[in-house]
Amino acid sequence: MADRISDYYTLPLDDWIEFFVKDWLVPNFRPVFQAVQWPIDQVLGGLEAFLLWLPYPVFVVVVPLIAWRVAGGGVALFTLLSLLFIDLLGIWRETMVTLAMILTAVAFCVLVGVPLGILAARSDRFASIIRPVLDIMQTIPPFVYLVPIVMLFGVGIVPGVIATIIFALPPVIRLTNLGIRQVQAELVEAGLAFGSTRRQLLFEIQIPLALRTIMAGLNQTLMLSLSMVVIAALIGAGGLGLTVFTGLGRLDIGRATLGGIGIVLLAIMLDRITQALGEGRQARRPGVKNTLIRLFKGLFQGSRAYDERR
Amino acid sequence: MSIDTTGNDAARKEAKVRVEHLYKVFGAQPDDTLRRLQAGETKDRIYADTGSVAAVADVSFDVHQGEIFVVMGLSGSGKSTLIRCINRLIEPTRGRILIDDEDIVGLDAEALRRLRRDKLSMVFQHFALFPHKSVGENVEYGLKIRGMPARERRDKALKALEQVGLAAHADVPPDNLSGGMQQRVGLARGLAVDPELMLMDEPFSALDPLIRRDMQDELLVLQQRLRMTIIFITHDLHEALRLGDRIAIMKDGRFVQLGTPEAIVARPADDYVAAFTRDVDRARVFRARALRRDAEALGPEASVEKARERLAQLERTALYVIDAHDRPQGVVRRASLESAAAPTLEALLERDFPTAHEDQELVELYDVCATGLPVALVDGEGRLTGVVEPLEVFRLLGGNGGESDGGEAMGDTASRPSEHAGSLEMRRRNHG
Repeated sequence: MADRISDYYTLPLDDWIEFFVKDWLVPNFRPVFQAVQWPIDQVLGGLEAFLLWLPYPVFVVVVPLIAWRVAGGGVALFTLLSLLFIDLLGIWRETMVTLAMILTAVAFCVLVGVPLGILAARSDRFASIIRPVLDIMQTIPPFVYLVPIVMLFGVGIVPGVIATIIFALPPVIRLTNLGIRQVQAELVEAGLAFGSTRRQLLFEIQIPLALRTIMAGLNQTLMLSLSMVVIAALIGAGGLGLTVFTGLGRLDIGRATLGGIGIVLLAIMLDRITQALGEGRQARRPGVKNTLIRLFKGLFQGSRAYDERR
Repeated sequence: MSIDTTGNDAARKEAKVRVEHLYKVFGAQPDDTLRRLQAGETKDRIYADTGSVAAVADVSFDVHQGEIFVVMGLSGSGKSTLIRCINRLIEPTRGRILIDDEDIVGLDAEALRRLRRDKLSMVFQHFALFPHKSVGENVEYGLKIRGMPARERRDKALKALEQVGLAAHADVPPDNLSGGMQQRVGLARGLAVDPELMLMDEPFSALDPLIRRDMQDELLVLQQRLRMTIIFITHDLHEALRLGDRIAIMKDGRFVQLGTPEAIVARPADDYVAAFTRDVDRARVFRARALRRDAEALGPEASVEKARERLAQLERTALYVIDAHDRPQGVVRRASLESAAAPTLEALLERDFPTAHEDQELVELYDVCATGLPVALVDGEGRLTGVVEPLEVFRLLGGNGGESDGGEAMGDTASRPSEHAGSLEMRRRNHG
């Protein structure tokens, strides 16, 4: 056989990485990582408590109403039926836990991703630095970084959310960058020609015009974070992911499918609503205020008519 | 290559914008390109050798307070780059740009922003209206940037919209309007900030011909009232001739000729300019004043003998008689003076004589020229200011040169805009 380099020498990269993470990163920076965990923990805890506290009938009325306002009658009906079905399956609690996880992850993705995207749009150098990082984040299998995440953050639902954030962050950065760069050059020139500051340019012109694209990125981020639900369950996150995971462990096809159905329904609902949010800017519907006024006027007149009839 | 500023104080004071030896090079090594340009290499040659594009090469000019200065050139001539250098949307490579005697090339970002906000505005070829804002909000934009309170800027925006006849459309999105209306909004947005200098980058080029003509008329009407200082870019010579108080013809990054519309049509600096002016309707470019001669009128009390004497001396066919207030009373022909033996001038006077205003286009003089009598030029108060001989009208239209002054060919090596700046005769539009 032909000699290969590895017959004489193999690079001990695995040892180095292990050393780097175990003997340097963990002992020296654990407090930093713990501190990062804190805000996520707070938001997640609050959101989860709120969603679980929210009485079921309120949720089933309010969410389809929102869907109707944003995305129209069809999506609203679908949302209503999905929510009823989820409850019928007996996985309401798990769905709420998962929803809280997803919303937390997306919120932090936006919080971190939009500013990074803006930065990338403004600076070609920053864009060229961040691009390979995003490529790695999107291609590296999540299982690879689950181990260091457990080492640094421990197990539980918050490390699950952190893994989700890493996985789901790239689209919102990429599409924010893209959206701002795609704003017509002449419009940016117009803004500059009238003496806008960079901030005014950003908030008056660039972000409003990039909003559709940014919302598309948000939608992608949302979908990616949903696909992380099961993987996050591996390191102790609960919710629908856990249902699937335990079903898998016990070869309980029924339970695994229930979890799967919940995830899919949640995904479709969130997707339709956020997509409509992105497009809704253009198609102006009657405002919320007007709708409410009309509703109350109607109720008032109805009750008066009722009184008069008596 | 120094600018002559001595003895030109009057012109200097008047110059709202002064551009001196401006260069803009797109490419990796601008210094090298500048050296080649100064050595006289052509733009194409430089591009072939270095890959650098010399978009603007040694351009100098003054823009006077209250005039429309038109830069006319074909695509690729560097005119859009030039106008963007003036508010530094594009950074000049070398040269000075003075606005109110302040060199704006050296301004830091904050000072530049203030200059743009407080003194300049711009109108764009493709309108560049913000699609997410209503028409009113678009017009308000420059004022909002200045931090003006919402109500005040709304009022100002509505006033600006009124000037372009669109006040009723303030609350619709700009996409709902036609192209011509959209550019009116662009114009209103530029006007709302009361700019000291308005930059117009081919504002009417994207409109269809009829609308374009309307917009040109509208701009002239506005300009009569507002007397703005405007730098106007176009690729259309007819537009340049209609709008410009002075016109610069640009080719390959340089000014080929700078002068009044009359001067450019009457004396094109080279074949390139001549190719453009060949099919220009001269009767619409030249105004009666271009052919004005001193009237040599007679006073009301002049005798027949004196009239005969003056006519012979001046070798004219007819003379005007004016009253004590310089108003023309009538005209006497040489023929009638020689044949008749009337005792007084009064009896020979023809009271039905052709008149015109100095600012009228020659095309409007055809009718009055048909009488064969010299046309009396009168000013706003009816005073005789000169005469135009009908024959000269036709001679000028035939292409045998005009008498107007103010042309200047731009040499390849040196251009000295300030030398002639004082003597340029501006075409006045507001009659009286």
